[in-house]
Amino acid sequence: MKKQYFNPDDLKKFGDITEHQKELGEKFFEYYGSVFKDGALTMREKSLIALAVAHTIQCPYCIDAFTTGSLENGSDEEEMMEAVHVAAAIRGGASLVYSVQMMEHAKKMSM
Amino acid sequence: MGVKQRTKSLKAKKSQLSDTFYQLKVLKKGIEPGNSEGFTPFDQKLDEHNLQSLRPDGIEIFQLNIGKLCNQTCSHCHVDAGPDKGDEMMTREDLETCLEIIEKHKIPTVDITGGAPEMHSEFRWFVSECYKLGAEVMARCNLTIIVANKKYHDIPEFYRDHKVKVVSSLPHFSEKRTNSQRGDGVFEDSIKALKMLNEVGYGKEDTGLTLDLVYNPTGAYLPGSQATLEREFKRKLKRKFDVVFNNLYAITNQPISRFLEYLIHTDQYESYMEKLINAFNPATIEGLMCKYTLSVSWDGYIYDCDFNQMLDLKVDAPGQHISEFAPKTLLERKIITGQHCYACTAGAGSSCGGEISE
Repeated sequence: MKKQYFNPDDLKKFGDITEHQKELGEKFFEYYGSVFKDGALTMREKSLIALAVAHTIQCPYCIDAFTTGSLENGSDEEEMMEAVHVAAAIRGGASLVYSVQMMEHAKKMSM
Repeated sequence: MGVKQRTKSLKAKKSQLSDTFYQLKVLKKGIEPGNSEGFTPFDQKLDEHNLQSLRPDGIEIFQLNIGKLCNQTCSHCHVDAGPDKGDEMMTREDLETCLEIIEKHKIPTVDITGGAPEMHSEFRWFVSECYKLGAEVMARCNLTIIVANKKYHDIPEFYRDHKVKVVSSLPHFSEKRTNSQRGDGVFEDSIKALKMLNEVGYGKEDTGLTLDLVYNPTGAYLPGSQATLEREFKRKLKRKFDVVFNNLYAITNQPISRFLEYLIHTDQYESYMEKLINAFNPATIEGLMCKYTLSVSWDGYIYDCDFNQMLDLKVDAPGQHISEFAPKTLLERKIITGQHCYACTAGAGSSCGGEISE
């Protein structure tokens, strides 16, 4: 079989990260579990945020996990795609806003 | 607009899965020999958690599947119901026997399901008789039947007059996701029917008329938090359609019948079973519906639950037919379990009344 950097089955082994650093690993999962509980934001809203972030950081594991999470919490494709567009807009905007610098510099350099 | 059939029944397709023995074999052994032998048997899982075999606590709900005839052919249906199932309907004689049992043993709740139970020619008579006996009647209404034909348009008034608790399937507030499971046109007709139920008082405060919705995932994933889903359904249905309802039940899809076919066909059977087993929650056991429900099939046989009924696993007790109903021995029986039971014990649990443990 062709070797790949990303193996979908690795997601199931995420819990194993406690193996070489039990205390920190367990603290992370406890924190992670608390973050995704219903709070001021619902689990549904948090899953959509996580889905958008997953696209921004381009984490294939996170995309799988929070597509499932969003569906489980009742979101549909329309809402999920809108969440991804929010991520894309911020990412694109972050590039485009630098064009102000480009325009200013071009202006300075030009007659 | 009317409903387009999403698929055909397993029986009509002459699928191997229409044979319950084959379904049980898949659940026990996997699709190919050896490929899911590794799944922990359900009884072993109970042992690992120091839990006893399941035994009933009482008979509070008499759930009757009065027939498999339905105007829809949903892609996940565990009953394998559809328009071609008109020959699998409970006889008047068996319905009368059910009434005798409800009266004699003072069973508080009668849960009528199908198919679309409203399509049974004796449905209205039977509901009226249950109402006269003072039993709480629940009808599992697929909604679209109300608008399917003129003769069903007055169902909301009929339900209101007999104080029937209406439990209706609506897998999503999005048209696309609902129709992908239940057939094109289902969402639009379901909204029309919900409005008709609201008009006679269902789902509204202080009317005493309960309209509950059933959510089940439209794919190979588990339901999220029932409270979160209910909140979202209420918000979306009110805002978009001015529809109201009382409670939402989140139900896990059972890996049997047409949903099993879908899992196998999309190569998701193993991963779905893994998901269910990994999400096993011992806190759900005490609230499982098989502990206080009896399920009766269209031909009068008694089962621990609706899912055992669809796998043809009759109660493990003498007197398996309503004609020989013996509550004492039924209460002493051991509930039959299998790999499909993982669906009721995953996560927050799942029963005909939704989530079991928060």
